[in-house]
Amino acid sequence: MNRFAALLDRLAYEPRRNAKLRLIMDYFRHTPDPERGYALAAMTNALMFKEAKPGLIRGLVEERTDPELFRMSYHYVGDLAETVALIWPAPGHESVAPASGGMPAIGHNNPPPHVPTLTEVVETLATTSKSDLPAKVAGWLDALDETGRWALLKLITRELRVGVSARLAKTAVAQLGGMEPDDVELIWHGLEAPYEDLFAWVEGRGPKPESGNPAPFRPPMLSHPLEEEDFEKLDAADFLAEWKWDGIRLQAVSGHDSHGRPVRRIYSRTGEDVSRAFPDLVEALAFDGSIDGELLIVREGRVQSFNVLQQRLNRKTVTPKLVAEFPAHLRVYDILTEGDEDLRDRPFTERRRRLEALVARLGDPRIDLSPMVPFETWEDLAAARADPASVGAGLDAEAIEGCMIKRADSPYLPGRPKGYWYKWKRDPYLVDAVMMYGQRGHGKRSSFYSDYTFGVWRDGPNGEELVPVGKAYHGFTDEELVKLDRYVRNHTVNRFGPVREVEYGKDRGLVLEVAFEGLQRSTRHKSGVAMRFPRINRIRWDKPPAEADRIEALEKILERGEKEVHPLKDREA
Amino acid sequence: MALRSTDILSQTPQGLYCPLGDFHIDPIRPVKRALITHGHSDHARSGHRSVLATRETLRIMGARYGEDFADGTQEAALGESLRLGDVTVRFTPAGHVLGSAQITIEAGGTRVVVSGDYKRAEDPTCLPYEVVPCDVFITEATFGLPVFRHPDTRGEVRKLMDSVALFPERTHIVGAYALGKAQRVMALLREEGYDRPIYLHGAMERLTELYKSEGIPLGETPKVAASERSKLAGAIVICPPSSIQDLWSRKFPDPVTCFASGWMRVRARARQKGVELPLVISDHSDWDDLCRTIRETGAGEVWVTHGQEDALVHWCTTHGIRARPLHMLGYGDEGEVEEAPQGGEA
Repeated sequence: MNRFAALLDRLAYEPRRNAKLRLIMDYFRHTPDPERGYALAAMTNALMFKEAKPGLIRGLVEERTDPELFRMSYHYVGDLAETVALIWPAPGHESVAPASGGMPAIGHNNPPPHVPTLTEVVETLATTSKSDLPAKVAGWLDALDETGRWALLKLITRELRVGVSARLAKTAVAQLGGMEPDDVELIWHGLEAPYEDLFAWVEGRGPKPESGNPAPFRPPMLSHPLEEEDFEKLDAADFLAEWKWDGIRLQAVSGHDSHGRPVRRIYSRTGEDVSRAFPDLVEALAFDGSIDGELLIVREGRVQSFNVLQQRLNRKTVTPKLVAEFPAHLRVYDILTEGDEDLRDRPFTERRRRLEALVARLGDPRIDLSPMVPFETWEDLAAARADPASVGAGLDAEAIEGCMIKRADSPYLPGRPKGYWYKWKRDPYLVDAVMMYGQRGHGKRSSFYSDYTFGVWRDGPNGEELVPVGKAYHGFTDEELVKLDRYVRNHTVNRFGPVREVEYGKDRGLVLEVAFEGLQRSTRHKSGVAMRFPRINRIRWDKPPAEADRIEALEKILERGEKEVHPLKDREA
Repeated sequence: MALRSTDILSQTPQGLYCPLGDFHIDPIRPVKRALITHGHSDHARSGHRSVLATRETLRIMGARYGEDFADGTQEAALGESLRLGDVTVRFTPAGHVLGSAQITIEAGGTRVVVSGDYKRAEDPTCLPYEVVPCDVFITEATFGLPVFRHPDTRGEVRKLMDSVALFPERTHIVGAYALGKAQRVMALLREEGYDRPIYLHGAMERLTELYKSEGIPLGETPKVAASERSKLAGAIVICPPSSIQDLWSRKFPDPVTCFASGWMRVRARARQKGVELPLVISDHSDWDDLCRTIRETGAGEVWVTHGQEDALVHWCTTHGIRARPLHMLGYGDEGEVEEAPQGGEA
């Protein structure tokens, strides 16, 4: 455990990708099986403990610390595992203990403190019953030092937050044997912790593990945001365009196992198997291959807003009622494989033809093609992007968040290769609002006041008043964050735990230009509206708060959206 | 009958004020008479009519602001009582930095102690903290949360020396506040047997010389010349925290960014500053020492000046001690003070 903790500790402070890679490879080289395999599982988020959950940690720490002190500490540190690792009191320690109530007798029912190995931790967490777990974990916490406790708690909360992606960890494994990360990626879904067969293979001591997965995930190709200056460098004749849909990127894969039975899987863009959430879509995957597209909710042939999609995503259990009410739809735009044929090195135009043929053969209304947007010049495309309805997007126009621009000869490359795919998003809505509250951030921004609630003017019983319309926590640079943080601290009029109310009024306060992607009605917000993807576009140090926008500006956007997105609303009501 | 504590000390926009003695303690704006606990710039400001402080603190203020930093100065001898108006005052070591002192005010049978910033941990560069029993204890709470438990300082210094041994081709750039922390790190390195030169950023020089002239052995501490930065592979360089990430530090061979501060206990803090080797070394009391000190003073009432007041007030209240936060502005709010020129510290 200590070795693994030391690795996580160093990774947490190492900003450079290549140095991280070296650290992980070094750990793999010098740590025996199965210990290193469990470390790989932890870094790829492949460990799942049924009973060991954040709630368990909270329960333990609540027994030993004053709840108020714990709450304040947690708000300050902004990370549960780290807070508990730091606050965890030695047996009999009085300065954090609850004022009343005794400490549980440590070691009473447990063996004496003993520093466990990672393997022991993982295996114990997986097999110990719920009732025995608290004593077990408490014993480990007593035995480990601060770094060890932190690593153990990170495992249990399943959020390592050390700046290592699953991809990077797999890259480290691949490089042990001079292989490419995709070599590991392709067999990954058939493997299980502690991955002894995988390590044996990359180290040349064993055969290539059978994928065991006839429907594997392949890393998707991602795009770059298009910058204004790119137009000068790019020739419109080399490119094709599609709409950029406001949905969820998915990869749908269908194959056959060794007994010839169909195996169908749906993956998120990070490779998480989400098939169980979309049984209606899995049913529709009557092909042999791997396609790339956008998950949307389509009712009566109309793409619904992202808000509607979210209502389906947020459910834990998928009932027939949910499926009927929120029918999943896949709008496809690329094909990676068909049958045994890997199409990823073919040009986009060829893949597109294969995709069109496949969709036509399927003939299933749940899977359709993302249409191409015709254009000759970049000006044409700009016009289409500004008004998708004018070039055939019809009623789906509001579900379009811009254009995707792809080189006609582009291969399908994993990751975010330069020069092939671009996204050109629709311009956001802007509103000038006044900062009302600041809240401490989490993770990287812990202890900075980095989340800001802002409001716009409306008529109140006593004249004009500010009503909160949203909260934003990004869009600014690190330097701006320092200034905003200082602003909150220096203009505090009220404190509510991690939240500070700042001064605001007609002639006092800070105006924030907020950019957002859309609005919806909300009963949870005082103002009756909720913003989608709000972020700070500009800090208007210069602008008097009295000149910030009024609620009517938002109402107008809302009405426009409702008219176009919900023409059926009246009928439903 | 004993006086009420608020008759002895009250809060004004300038800072804490003693009406019976007509003086301020660590005022943030110019006043007629200021009593200064220690030389950090958020406590010791220039422009007061008269200043009463320890000899070392007066020297530090002179070095920072020029000898004319006040119209008149008076030296406070540690442990000696002085009559000021209707009160008696006494300076006692606070263990924070060279010359730092707590100020005890007594009148009509009531004793109030203003701790200033203080620590209980080992520091070879200043006199150790002395507990002064009192009725009202006025404490800081920079690290007033139970997540702050400073580890053994020597272990942290050894961590630095181990890293130097491990990466002899890289320069270790240690961010440390110019007054106190920098010299403490140097002194500890010497005590742990590090005998090579310790290189200094220009901003560290004057106060380091002052420490040496007070008889604190810091060994050879040359100033880094611009031209030799690229040749300092394997060396330890001490600079202000603001310099660890700027252009200045990038001229060193593959620098390892280190920062000596109590804030380094929280990972996110270290990462926000791009620190690769956090050294948890603080000149303030950690949570356990704050609680222990409050108990040892026997005070029935505690005022908390700045830092994480709420948690410490809560602890006092649940342990039968009356307490209130002062929410004082002007002292490093939660320690984000390095913007202050050469400023406060943590």
